Amino acid sequence: MSVFGLNDVSVRFGGRRRSVEALRGVDLVIEEHERWGIVGESGSGKTTLLKLLAGLEAPTSGSLTFFDAALDLRRRETMAKLRSSVQMVFQDPRGSLDPRMTIADIVAEPLRSPLLRGRGDVPRDRAARVDEVLEAVGLDRSAKSLYPHEFSGGQRQRIALARALAPRPKILLADEPVSALDVSVRAHVLNLVNDLVDSMGLTLVMVTHDLAVVRHTCDHVGVLRHGQLVEVGATGEVMDHPRQAYTKELINAVARLDV
Amino acid sequence: MSVLRVRDLTVSFGRRHLVAVDQVSLDIEPGQRLGLVGASGSGKTVLASTIIGLLPDNAHVDGSVTFDGQELTTLPDREFSAIRGKDLTMVFQEPMTALDPTMRVGRQAAELVALHSESSQGTTRQLVVDVFDRVGLDQASRIVDAYPHELSGGQRQRVIIAMALINRPSLVICDEPTTALDATVQAKVLRLLDEELASVDAACLFISHDLGLVASLCSDVAVIHAGRIVERGRTEQVFHHPSHPYTAGLVATASIDKVRPGERLPVIEDFFDPSTVDSAPPSESTNRPHRRIRRSR
Amino acid sequence: MKKLTVIIGLVCSGLVVVAALVSLVWTPFDPRKVDGPARFAPPGWPHVLGTDAFGIDTASRLLVGAQTTLLVGVVAVALAAVIGVPLGVFVGMGHRIAGEVVARASDILFALPALLLAILLAAALGASVTTAAVAIGIATIPVFQRMARAATLTVMSQDYILAAQVSGIPGGVIAIRHVLPNITPVLGVQAAASFSMAILAEAGLSYLGLSAPQSTPTWGRMLHDANLYAAPIQAVIPGVAIAVAVLGFNLLGDGVRDYLDPRMKELR
Repeated sequence: MSVFGLNDVSVRFGGRRRSVEALRGVDLVIEEHERWGIVGESGSGKTTLLKLLAGLEAPTSGSLTFFDAALDLRRRETMAKLRSSVQMVFQDPRGSLDPRMTIADIVAEPLRSPLLRGRGDVPRDRAARVDEVLEAVGLDRSAKSLYPHEFSGGQRQRIALARALAPRPKILLADEPVSALDVSVRAHVLNLVNDLVDSMGLTLVMVTHDLAVVRHTCDHVGVLRHGQLVEVGATGEVMDHPRQAYTKELINAVARLDV
Repeated sequence: MSVLRVRDLTVSFGRRHLVAVDQVSLDIEPGQRLGLVGASGSGKTVLASTIIGLLPDNAHVDGSVTFDGQELTTLPDREFSAIRGKDLTMVFQEPMTALDPTMRVGRQAAELVALHSESSQGTTRQLVVDVFDRVGLDQASRIVDAYPHELSGGQRQRVIIAMALINRPSLVICDEPTTALDATVQAKVLRLLDEELASVDAACLFISHDLGLVASLCSDVAVIHAGRIVERGRTEQVFHHPSHPYTAGLVATASIDKVRPGERLPVIEDFFDPSTVDSAPPSESTNRPHRRIRRSR
Repeated sequence: MKKLTVIIGLVCSGLVVVAALVSLVWTPFDPRKVDGPARFAPPGWPHVLGTDAFGIDTASRLLVGAQTTLLVGVVAVALAAVIGVPLGVFVGMGHRIAGEVVARASDILFALPALLLAILLAAALGASVTTAAVAIGIATIPVFQRMARAATLTVMSQDYILAAQVSGIPGGVIAIRHVLPNITPVLGVQAAASFSMAILAEAGLSYLGLSAPQSTPTWGRMLHDANLYAAPIQAVIPGVAIAVAVLGFNLLGDGVRDYLDPRMKELR
């Protein structure tokens, strides 16, 4: 069963006179337990694609399915299903954690969602679940009463991951999860994402500009340019035998140590 | 003679004297490019700000920084301004905030020229157009009349580089100059920086947390950790045969492409325990079994 | 430096509060008692700050006037905030059509000076301190509405809002859990600034006779009643009091912002 199905999806922003086409005729099928890397540069529409999958944006034209059922932002039942099974982590962990909430409150927030009530397997004991996920991301329990500004960038990204995992999602969306982090912290967070996706059997869709990260973490890759999906395939295949000149350019742009 | 000589430089902040740069010494020879790598908070940006004289008021500086034989740490502001922007320039990380949004970019560059020389207005404009042309700005004669917000990120960073090089400086400090740019643009800007530094024969202090960038641009590298230089040498030597465990850790974490997809990535702590600074002997920590790096291709 | 301004702010506004509290239980003389023979007494004993044209003790009037001053500030700011903040948050959270309506209404109200409102209200309901405070409060609504809207827009652009939306947290809960706590510092500063503006506005309205009737002791009324030829000091005293109050609450506002921010805690 496919998790997401995009059929000729376009997204336009702005009014009639000056509109910007963020996505143009995108076709994409994401199966369960796949790990997708969506690669593109700024303005390629990769964040819009992620927002589409998160149900934060609706297609202007084309169709979007979630577990083979049409996704309609106005229909409560389909949205409830999406909201209770999709979670997201963001690029900048400074902006993704409310500075006025304690870590315990931040991590517990998704558990308080009214849309989770319909689901059977929701963790009942919130406090216990918070302890559990904090441990899963390698943070001490004493973190719970602290505020986000008391943590480093890497630790904050762990907190964001803990929050995303708290409601036991099926799909994890990640928007440049390591690009705001130091190279030295990046490895920690990527290892953690890999472990968690493995152990929890998640479907991962990660947006990034870093092909090295995609190669390491994802089994499928889609290359976005100016809102169009120009190349799609298995990661190894695309990285070793890119068909598009643009993909080659992206691969060559990765600065390597052994030059 | 070295173009830049830093001796026992210690910089601390505030009433509690929190040390950001600790007993740092380094030299840059004319035309030499030194990469300074370290994690955020390691003190690399503070070191750069100290050299260029842009520290906040609550900073305490000890030790000496000499540039072309002139002591900078005690130099009065007015005399410093005569050097800054002419012989000693800087390329900033964020091209949007480094440019004045209310002024045409050509005028900002021309002002730099006018401040430090007596050329007439007519020739200055031509000079700016030439330099903009050299840094690969298409239609340079039109771009000089543009405002920063009318340019793309890559174009703005080219303008910044043009401004840093326009007075033919002897040392350019680059603080993460391409982090804010897209990968393909970053590659182009880096190539440009490489060529232009060579053409005016300027030395460069290149600050970055990205070892790949440093490897592609710099002949020498210094590794900074917790305010101290832990290792310094030729780039290939340091990156291929790191002698300090922290460097070994940095190199391993930066080489994602050498780990088989899906396998655990090495982290700095595999090599180096931050709680025991200066104590871990390299021979012991580099022989751990899980540290083996396999090539994926 | 920062600390000094907060201290000055605390001292000045503290003086006003203490004066108001003291006057509740004790004043040197009856602040409403006319005493003909004692008129225009210079500062001295027993009238510490002298008396006015009716022989009323100025010190007593000043103390009781502090009550009115605080009352006007509290009523005006509370009214403006209670109506303006929810409107601003509502508009800032992206209700487009409602946003247009509120913005235009706000513009109209903004163009209408407090003075005009006060004249209208005074004509309809009779001049009193409450009418003046309500008029000032209504005139301040757009200030809070705009401030709250701008601050809300900033908060809404943060990723933690997206994270909450992805989890299906309803808009109302987001407003209370995320938006309000994060815009409070800005609003706190605005409240203090508006508080001092209200004090100043009420003094002006009293001076014009649009606020307190003669029997109510207020600082603006004292200014109005002062006879510049017979006893100029009687105009200076309430003037200084008004200045101290305005300055105090303004400076206090800056301090409030820092103290409401958990990120500033370690910097203190």
